[in-house]
Amino acid sequence: MAEAFKFELVSPERLLVSEEVQSVVIPGAEGEMTVLAKHAPVMTTIKPGVVTVKSASGQEERYVVFGGFADILPSGCTLLAESATSVKDIDRAELTRRIQEAREDVADAKDDEAKTRAEAFLAQLTTLEGALLPA
Amino acid sequence: MASLKDLRNRIASVKATQKITKAMQMVAAAKLRRAQEAAEAARPYSQRMGAVLANITQAVGSNGDGPALMTGTGKDDVHLLVVCTAERGLCGGFNSQISRLARDHARKLQAEGKTVKIITVGKKGYDILRRDFSALIVDRIELRDVKTIGFANADAIARKVITLFNQGGFDVCTLFYSEFKSVISQIPTAQQIIPAAAPAEAEGEGAGGAVYEYEPEPGEILSDLIPRNISVQIFRALLENAAGEMGAKMSAMDNATRNAGDMINRLTITYNRQRQAQITKELIEIISGAEAL
Repeated sequence: MAEAFKFELVSPERLLVSEEVQSVVIPGAEGEMTVLAKHAPVMTTIKPGVVTVKSASGQEERYVVFGGFADILPSGCTLLAESATSVKDIDRAELTRRIQEAREDVADAKDDEAKTRAEAFLAQLTTLEGALLPA
Repeated sequence: MASLKDLRNRIASVKATQKITKAMQMVAAAKLRRAQEAAEAARPYSQRMGAVLANITQAVGSNGDGPALMTGTGKDDVHLLVVCTAERGLCGGFNSQISRLARDHARKLQAEGKTVKIITVGKKGYDILRRDFSALIVDRIELRDVKTIGFANADAIARKVITLFNQGGFDVCTLFYSEFKSVISQIPTAQQIIPAAAPAEAEGEGAGGAVYEYEPEPGEILSDLIPRNISVQIFRALLENAAGEMGAKMSAMDNATRNAGDMINRLTITYNRQRQAQITKELIEIISGAEAL
């Protein structure tokens, strides 16, 4: 059995998860990463996606996060999510609304840089939608 | 002198008022508990945010300067005051305390020859500040329809502030709110959010000097982090305010209930005295009538 470490998932409204886990899969800005115990210290922003938490007892929980960042230390991992919900309670209307907003952002973007950023965000959201909806 | 009937009516009306204030007090107590829970639930996020921010500023500080939101524009000519108050009155001096602090601050800045702009959050703050600074209020946000304050509300305010900053609308932004100390004590507080005061060294369980890897570059993370931090600060202020408002309302209504009780007692004594006086008067009339026969 893999060594356990402390994982915390925090959203501005509340502390969602605080427990000992075996591994966490984080949708990092530059690619997904799996965090195990004694990971080198990394700080990364995260893109909208699914966080998979494998708890010490071997159970898997999945959470949807919309951006934020992760602070990884050898002793534990803290995920500060802008908004986070369990996959079970994800509201499709909410997701659709966010995608709609992202589309508007793309349309409103004034300069190229902002536009690229908005488009990337939209792409991440649609990928997320694709990953979730058939489920 | 008021007649017996007047006094009876008066007592009945004060009793009705007392019932209302009593009910408001209980409602405030229930809401206070919820607001306190919300404020507590939000605490871990802002704490961690602070720790992470401290870490990363250390990393960035060593190689060049951070984003403008952090370092400021290099001037302090135009000040933006974000004044957060409650939506409703009947909560003692809660709203006026915050407004007074903001007003004194604005006067001081004006005396120094600086330009002041004001954004009010909450109806009461607008009502109070409108009297003196109606020309300075650039925007007002009402949260009247919002049942429970969510992060989205704070985020919307933060976005407005940041947009204004990016347009060069102001140099320094200060947030006014009331810090919730306890049910009977709320401290009006001014907090500078732009440029962000450099957070103190990470405390306690920080990285312990560990060398972080950053993904993407620290500067990029920081420019993502700072706006988010502003949202978090505003969110925290709103939650503290919500708890403070309910606390203030609870003690104000408690006082009102007690005052109504005192008033009822006084009125009842007057009523009884008058009733006695009238009975005595009637007796005297009967007796003297009987004697005259």
